[in-house]
Amino acid sequence: MTTLTQTEDAKAPTGSDAFLSVRDLRVQFSTEDGIVKAVDGLSFDLERGKTLGIVGESGSGKSVTNLSILGLHNRKATSVEGSMMLDGQELNGASERDLEQLRGNKMAMIFQDSLTALSPYYTVGRQISEPFRKHTGASKGESRARAIEMLGKVGIPDPKNRVDDYPHQFSGGMRQRAMIAMSLVCNPELLIADEPTTALDVTVQAQILDLLKDLQQEFGSAIIMITHDLGVVANMADDLLVMYAGRAVERGSVREVLKAGQHPYTWGLLGSMPRLSADVNEPLRPIPGSPPSLLNPPSGCAFHPRCEFPSLVAGDGKCSTLRPELPTGRAAACHLTAEQKQQVFIETIQPRLV
Amino acid sequence: MLRFLLRRSSGAILILVLISAFTFFMFFAIPQDPAMLACGKNCSPDALAIIHKNLGLDKPVLVQYWNYMYGIFAGRNFDVGHCSAPCFGVSFNNQQMVWDTIKDRFPLTLSLTAGGLIVFLTGGLSAGLIAAAKRGTWLDKVFSGVSLVMSSFQIYFLGPVVLGIFVYSTGWLSKPKYVPFTEDLAKWFMGLLIPWLVMATIFTANYTRIARSSMIEQLQEEHVRAARAKGMGARYVFMRYAWRGSLIPIATLVGMDIAALLGGGMVTELVFSLNGIGRLARDSVVDKDLPTLMGVMLISAAFILIMNVLVDALYAVIDPRVRLA
Amino acid sequence: MSDNNTTTKAASVPQQRDAETATPLLQVKNLAKHFPIKGGFPIRRTVGAVQAVDGVTFDVNAGESLGLVGESGCGKSTTGRLLTRLLEPTAGSVTYRGQDISHAGRKQLAPIRSEIQMIFQDPYASLNPRQTVGSIIASPMEINGINPSGGREARVRELLEIVGLNPEHYNRFPHEFSGGQRQRIGVARAIALEPKLIIADEPVSALDVSIQAQVVNLLQKVQKEMGIAFVFIAHDLAIVRHFSQRVAVMYLGKIVEIADRDSLYLRPRHPYTHALMSAVPEADIDVVKKERIRLEGDVPSPISPPSGCRFRTRCWKAQDKCATEEPPLVQISGNLPGHLTACHFPEDPTTERTQDIILDPALVALEDEPAGGDKA
Repeated sequence: MTTLTQTEDAKAPTGSDAFLSVRDLRVQFSTEDGIVKAVDGLSFDLERGKTLGIVGESGSGKSVTNLSILGLHNRKATSVEGSMMLDGQELNGASERDLEQLRGNKMAMIFQDSLTALSPYYTVGRQISEPFRKHTGASKGESRARAIEMLGKVGIPDPKNRVDDYPHQFSGGMRQRAMIAMSLVCNPELLIADEPTTALDVTVQAQILDLLKDLQQEFGSAIIMITHDLGVVANMADDLLVMYAGRAVERGSVREVLKAGQHPYTWGLLGSMPRLSADVNEPLRPIPGSPPSLLNPPSGCAFHPRCEFPSLVAGDGKCSTLRPELPTGRAAACHLTAEQKQQVFIETIQPRLV
Repeated sequence: MLRFLLRRSSGAILILVLISAFTFFMFFAIPQDPAMLACGKNCSPDALAIIHKNLGLDKPVLVQYWNYMYGIFAGRNFDVGHCSAPCFGVSFNNQQMVWDTIKDRFPLTLSLTAGGLIVFLTGGLSAGLIAAAKRGTWLDKVFSGVSLVMSSFQIYFLGPVVLGIFVYSTGWLSKPKYVPFTEDLAKWFMGLLIPWLVMATIFTANYTRIARSSMIEQLQEEHVRAARAKGMGARYVFMRYAWRGSLIPIATLVGMDIAALLGGGMVTELVFSLNGIGRLARDSVVDKDLPTLMGVMLISAAFILIMNVLVDALYAVIDPRVRLA
Repeated sequence: MSDNNTTTKAASVPQQRDAETATPLLQVKNLAKHFPIKGGFPIRRTVGAVQAVDGVTFDVNAGESLGLVGESGCGKSTTGRLLTRLLEPTAGSVTYRGQDISHAGRKQLAPIRSEIQMIFQDPYASLNPRQTVGSIIASPMEINGINPSGGREARVRELLEIVGLNPEHYNRFPHEFSGGQRQRIGVARAIALEPKLIIADEPVSALDVSIQAQVVNLLQKVQKEMGIAFVFIAHDLAIVRHFSQRVAVMYLGKIVEIADRDSLYLRPRHPYTHALMSAVPEADIDVVKKERIRLEGDVPSPISPPSGCRFRTRCWKAQDKCATEEPPLVQISGNLPGHLTACHFPEDPTTERTQDIILDPALVALEDEPAGGDKA
């Protein structure tokens, strides 16, 4: 309610001065088995009030990316290179003090599992009001009132009493609502949601996704929505980034990527998903093989061992030797030519998706 | 909460009764006649019969058990005089009321326990917390290494060594001695300083290790990360979020250690020639003074059970999931 | 988007509809499982029960795949465990090929165990980490004393090949395999004895999207080629639809609707089925614009489920009758044969609707505020 109407004025950013701009992000950490390149040269922009969906499977680097933005990676074992500009402020290398001022305030996070992400030892109200007190300097009473207001807003019945409950006294859906209240309590301009509904039942998931969408309207936050579920991003996101083995392989608007995907991995994901409206006699088209190990990713295009189309690419074995880059704007990191991508999609992929 | 405590306490009382019965019947399962012990070397059958009668040994075992239990709650009369409410009988050895002897010895054991506890808790927990916070650094390695070495010492080795160095060779400190602190606080403190430190050396290591490992575990919890994601400071999250979760295993260990020490840190008391409960227990075994042994055993068992209930109550205080389940 | 469905209707042929003529492979009648809750002071006693499954009736025909869908706490996994007799039912009966196995002992179950197999959700937890893949897959043969011609090892290698694993990996341990491969090992173990029925409890929900499809296809291949009947338990409506010829929807320990696939997905009657369908996030961006049903709150506790119809507390059509009278699972007028619905006030048999049904108060508040009802 108290929110930023100024987002309206600050609108219309042009490509370069996006609200969040990540350039060539590289995150590596050393393990006993060697160096893991969890994120390997990732770039994207996010405008105010928009939602970016990041889709990928386990080990694609989507969660690591977001921990790096918040500066919550393990600093000793992890090296983060590249630039992450939030509203003109560089996050990579920012002091812990500065990051603490931003976290929970200008940028906040919704975790996947509300049961483990809320401390069992403190009341829901305390956990919601804590960042509000810290960032706004509000009194105990004021922040408690704020917590009650937020709980009401996310649909917790009888918030005046439930504010003193502990997380385990809430049902799964209610806990996730409380977590959303906690993340929005300081009107963050950037909200990172890491698989926010994966642990929930379908009907509750639908409620929570709609709630997030409606709250975004009211608070004007930009959202990064990390998920493995293309259905969720179709519902929520404006733009989409498909990640594979620590790299973005395709970028575009949700409609562009889902309706006219350009990367064989995106095609594979679309073909793997059974849909309620699909023909049941048409078998699923899984991607063969397994996601690669980030310790030792395949040479060239990391997807080439699982790809159907390397033979179409001109140049002998180009896919296994040369890594395709992801150009800016609407693009896919693939050696197929634009015509080939279009042709394969229309002739081979689209018929499978009916 | 109250209900929970009631249930736990009533359970504990039941266990105590079972322990008392077990101890009591073991007492009579011993082939040697207890009266012979009290009677001494040149024992005539007449004298033995008198002792039998005095000790109540002529009655059936069940009646004796009933009298013993009755005595604990209501007191009994012996030929040496009335033994009032918590009556654990009369020592075979010196004709003293067992309860009076225990009362006499207990302040020493309590002092030993309390002082040691303060030293090893502060030392062990702070070392553990520092090691967890500085995980992987040289400081962590030093703390872990030292605690490993320390925990492999034994009191019966470390005690005499420390006595040898600080008392007999250099004379910097006087021999450990118990002076009630109501009498002279400074003497009480100086008298027990060596036992406290020696005891703490061995116990500290356990607490360093458990505090370190449970803190490291807690620091990896998602809610700790979530608290950091809200912008809470590293120190705040460390002390409020991670520490709170680590308290449960620590509370368990503290409870067990307090119970064991109150029941008599036997080795400590023997090494430093202190007359506490532990020493009493040992002497009663050597002297075959069964009433005293029985009393000490029941008291020790009671401490263990009380500490168990207290630790359970502490869980409920620490963790709302236990309290509000 | 509904136009796509016309192809689906025509295409679904393989329906085992011989239930009237032959006895079904598995008959489940009024099956119930209540887990007691202990508590009280001073004497601990049974103070209540989790009514995990409470009166479930259905048949499984030979070679068919029956899907069980529902949200957490609906009792679908417990039902699966009752069918394999990993649990003993509190009431009701499970009849396998005419033999009542609801309370059968170890000895009576022994010959049946080899015919009913189970595939579990977690491919990490359900394989013994200290056994080689070879001995894991051979263990059902060992337990049942079966010696295939050519020996067990040859049979295991053959099975590995069937499920798409390298037979050379016979001596490897489970941790050397990825999640999807482990689930394949689970499938190989389940089909080792050529069972008649496999209970698959969320067999793909722990897997990555691209791997899920591999395992679903494998299960489908196994089902078709070996003629194994499946009870396919899952929370994902789309996967269940893809895999099962008939589908039962469960809510709080009861079946609220059961029907042939197309009848259920195209002409659902129970409001809960409608809500479930509406809640599924579809990757098709044009479907997103459809009118929504958004329920209020979570599923109630199965310890004290609502009286009468269990869904009534979250239902937009509920009336007084729903609280007092439990709706029977019957073929209500307008349903095709075999389409049973437990509802007093069923919805129209369509997934189309003209307006949103929003019961969640937070959504109502937020959506009325900025621009009232512009969602149409």
